[in-house]
Order: sequence, then C-alpha cells, then structure tokens
Amino acid sequence: MAKTLFERIWESHVVHETPGEPALLYIDLHLIHEVTSPQAFEGLRLAGRTVRRPDLSIATMDHNVPTLPGPIEDPLARAQLEALRANCEEFGIPLCATGSGREGIVHVIGPELGLSQPGLTIVCGDSHTSTHGAFGALAFGIGTSEVEHVLATQTLPRPRPKTMRILYSGSLPLGVTPKDAILGTIGRIGVGGAVGHVVEYAGEPIRALSMEGRLTICNMSIEAGARAGMIAPDDTTFAYLEGRPATPSGAEWERALDRWRELSTDDDATFDTEIAIDVAELEPQVTWGTNPGMVGPVGGAVPDPAEIDDPDERAATERALAYMGLEPGIPLQEIRIDRVFIGSCTNARIDDLREAARVVDGQRVAPTVTAMVVPGSAKVKRQAEEEGLDRVFERAGFEWRNAGCSMCLGMNPDILAPGERCASTSNRNFEGRQGAGGRTHLVSPAMAAAAALAGHFVDVRETAAARA
Amino acid sequence: MKAFRSITARATVLDRPDVDTDQIIPKQFLKRIERTGYGEFLFYDWRQDPDFELNRPGCDGARILVTGPNFGCGSSREHAAWALQAYGFDVVIAPSFGDIFSTNAHHIGLLPLRLAPDEVKELMATIGGGGEVTVDLEAQAILDPVGRVLEFEVDPFIRHCLLDGRDTNGLTLRHEDAIAAFEARSPSPVSTAPL
Repeated sequence: MAKTLFERIWESHVVHETPGEPALLYIDLHLIHEVTSPQAFEGLRLAGRTVRRPDLSIATMDHNVPTLPGPIEDPLARAQLEALRANCEEFGIPLCATGSGREGIVHVIGPELGLSQPGLTIVCGDSHTSTHGAFGALAFGIGTSEVEHVLATQTLPRPRPKTMRILYSGSLPLGVTPKDAILGTIGRIGVGGAVGHVVEYAGEPIRALSMEGRLTICNMSIEAGARAGMIAPDDTTFAYLEGRPATPSGAEWERALDRWRELSTDDDATFDTEIAIDVAELEPQVTWGTNPGMVGPVGGAVPDPAEIDDPDERAATERALAYMGLEPGIPLQEIRIDRVFIGSCTNARIDDLREAARVVDGQRVAPTVTAMVVPGSAKVKRQAEEEGLDRVFERAGFEWRNAGCSMCLGMNPDILAPGERCASTSNRNFEGRQGAGGRTHLVSPAMAAAAALAGHFVDVRETAAARA
Repeated sequence: MKAFRSITARATVLDRPDVDTDQIIPKQFLKRIERTGYGEFLFYDWRQDPDFELNRPGCDGARILVTGPNFGCGSSREHAAWALQAYGFDVVIAPSFGDIFSTNAHHIGLLPLRLAPDEVKELMATIGGGGEVTVDLEAQAILDPVGRVLEFEVDPFIRHCLLDGRDTNGLTLRHEDAIAAFEARSPSPVSTAPL
C-alpha cells in the first residue's frame, strides 16, 4: 500500500499497540533545555525512576542565558541553569553548557551536531521542535509530563495524527525568502489551520531550498497549529549531514544513505488534507497583528476591521490593532520601528546571518533604531566571525551578541520596553512575547536588516543591496 | 494525577479566539523550578486590566472556562495547564485547542472539552455574566445554566485515564518488555554519548 513519509516513520517506531489506546512510539532522540525539564527530573526522583537512555538524550542552555558576557544576574535564571547542570550530572546526560563552545539554541545545535537525522523520532519540551522535521524526521514539541515520560521510558503514547501536504509550485522570486513562504502559508491557512495534522512540505520550491531554509519552514509549522512539519530528505540533506560529529562515517555512512533514500512519500499516497500554494506571486511578508497569521505583503496595508464581515475575526483584529498601536489602512511601509532583532531558532543560522549581512554591508542603522544580532549557536557565531559578518554588522551599528534564545521570548535580559516596536526574525508576535507591552512584527532576516537601515519597513527588493 | 468524574460549578466566559500560552502564563514565570504555585500568575498581563473578563464580578470561584477556538496555541509550556488548574479551573470548553496544550492538560487531569463552534457560542450566551454548569465525564454530557443537555465526544482512552486519574508513566512501564524488545530489534541509529 502506498505510504506517506510520515506513515513510514510512524510505523517503524510503534513499540506496542492495543486497540482503543494510543500507539506507544519509540523516541530516538530527546533534546532537553533548562526551562521545561526541572519538574520532569524532580518527578523521576519522586517516583524513584531513572533515565532509560541518557545516550539518546542531550541538553543545552538556551532560553535563559544572557547574550552579553559576564555572570547571570537573575537569581531565578541562575538557579534554573544550575538545576539543569545538576540533573544532567545526576542522570548522566551530555550537556552543551554555556562556555563549552557547543552551546546554542536547542533547535540549532541538533542539526549542527548531526544528531537530527532522517527517519528519526525527535522530541523536546519546546514547541519549535518541528524544526528538525526538515531532515525528514518526525519531530514534535511536548510538555513537561511527557518530558518525564520520555526520560523514564524512551517512549510516548500517541494517538495517530492526521496528515496534510502543502504542495508548493512556481519558484520563489528574488528577495523572497523561506520565511516569507511560511508566513504567507500561515496567513493563508490560519494559526489553527493545521491543528491535529503532521504537515509534509513538498514541491519544487522546497527541493530548491538549502537546509537552513527548510529548517525555517518546518520551524514555524507549530504557528499553523501543526503537530509536526517535515520535508523528505534528498541530496541537499545528505550533503549537509556528511562529516558532522554525530553522523555516521565510512561504510556506516553508505548504509545510512541507503536507509534515508527510502524515506519519501509514494506518488499515489494520500493525505487527509491537501493544500496547493504558488510561490511565484509571493512578496516579502510583514505581520501587523498579534499572531503569525495576521500577516500581509510588504506592499500592502494594515487591514481595516470595518471591512471584516465575521464578527469574531473583526473583534480579534480590533484588539490586535489596539495592542499594536496601529491605525487601520496605513501602508505597512509607513510603520516606524525602534528595535531590530535578528536571531531565534527560526532565523539565526549561518545562511540567515549572511542574508542580513548582504543587506547591511556598508550601510548604517537608522539613528532611531537599536539593532542586535544573536547567533543561534556558539558554532554559528564562530563561523560568522570567520567570514567577517560580525564586522559587517558592527560597522553598521548592530550589536553582536552571544548565542541564545534571547529576545525571541525575552526570558533573559533582552526584552522590549512597553510600547517599543520591533522588527524581529523570530516566530511569535503574541502580545508581550518580547517583553510586556512590546510590539513585534515578524519578518525575514533580509527584511529586518532593511528595516534597521531605514527605520521603518521597506521592500528589501528595492534596497541598494538588491540592486547591486 | 487528579481524577475527574463530574463537576457542577460556576462557569466563566473568555470569548476570544487563539488564546496563546504566552497569555495564559507569561514567560517571566517559567523560570521557577517548581510544579506548583502558578495560579496567581494566570493571564498575568491581561489581569492588569480591571475590565478583563476574569476580573468581572461573578467570576470568583469559577471552575469551568468557556472560550474561543484554538485555545492554548503556541508554546509547549505545561505551566499554562498548571496555572489554569492552580487558579481553580477543572474544565476548559472550546471549539478547538492547541495540540500540545490538550495533551498537557490530559496529563494533569484538567479536561479540555471540545464542542461545535455554535454550541460554544450558545453556551457562552446562557452563562452570560455567570452561571452554573455541570460537566459529567462519565455520561459525556454538559448541563447548561438553562437546563439544556449538550453531549460531547472524548477519546475513550483519555476518558478512561481521566476517570481513573492514572499515571501514564506507570501505564507505559507495563510495556517494559516490549520496549526492550524494540530496542534489541531496531536500535536507534544515533547516540549522544560521544558528544
């Protein structure tokens, strides 16, 4: 029978199935960070249980860490990071601690260590675990009770999700990035559009993307409500993985390739839901509201609630515009910004930093704007410095910081002041996400860089860098 | 975890779509390493507004929250479910939920309950500024403040676990032999040990 990529991975990981109960699914890789794990380790201790497979688990410090050098001043953050260190020691779990040179955002280091591989089941107590699906893995976010469950049993009981394919056609126009493609997709299907589904992204525009671009797409699956997002592996995937610390080598590598080449969706396989999107008409995207589905093309305007028929949608739009301090109908390019954040598990990989650096090279950040770049990992930071990107950013007036989640969610000191408006390459523009009262507009790295220079949103395709 | 059978309690309405977990429990409260004590931080930013729905008269002691579609979307923080439960809620009724939120809620004995969008709107109207609602998980039925009965669907396994208050870790550990056999048959192709 014809199968989807998802079905292949799911079926090969079922440990046990009882009719009327969820399947018990084996978990190949468990990624851990400081925020969602302490109560799980405590639960293990209280129940007298141990970690079944520390060799399939790895931890990093990312959500709370300051991005400026020096001690952690927040006592709660310090205690949480210390708890992670102590828990990893007690249970024998490898830890990429701050200062080890391997630290970074959990969804950046999994791929760069070569741990995120095709065909695996990957979980983490973080909703953006969908990122790792870019390798053709089944990767999804879980809560703390489930973190404890995986630590204890290396399995999870799971009801079978529905499947959705988003089939892209056309080719991405110059200056339109994977971030614009996924924002445009969420704008179309809505923030609840993929609830209950595992999404497979397919089509020529996906095949043409680098691994970094695919990671950005899969990362934001959760913003459409999807359980997971995935992309079938191909030569781009294999080339990215070859030679990384945790990928096989020699004869093992050849055997892995043989296995990975089997991981695709059959031509005649069917999905519960199919969506088709032509990317040729896509423009760079800017969110104007308080969820990622409240988005429009940079050439457009803030919507007018008076023109919305559905009363619930009208009320939600009115509330969003009130929070965002925006008048209906104003062009998106007239919105002035105070801050720029280039970072997060969505857009802080080396390709993202190169994309932004190309736009800012030889220019200056507008005097009214404070801009920062937070690389996704210590390794991305080192590589960017080897390429001289840090100097490009610093000469333009950007701050160049240490790796971490930083202002994507503002658990560390990097937050917006109330009322401040930020062009951000992160994934969520929820109320208060980057600091209570802060206003977030989600954009691509290139669009964030162009906004930093102009002091307001601009169409990056019309900037000097695009014309060069 | 807490067992759930049936409750009759005051219900309160939060008629907003896409209430995300950042609103339910803002990030500054996620630095705590305890599992308890989140109730006072529920909807922390929204509660600064005296007109916020939960600040209105008649909401005190509510144990049932009736809200819009896609409730609990966003972050995987189980703290959102902990905060709702610690504040006093036992049931959240909505047309749909974020997947991770639903799973988290099931694990702690907080019942996320789906009704059709028009049923939720009608229930909101009958509750108005306050009213008692019965949610009976055994009978899979809701009794609204004007005496109407609404039936609901719930996954039979989840219903069973909630009625019994069963720990799924304990359930899974019954399958320890199957897990060991799986590991022998298909060892995971990755290892973090050398890293």
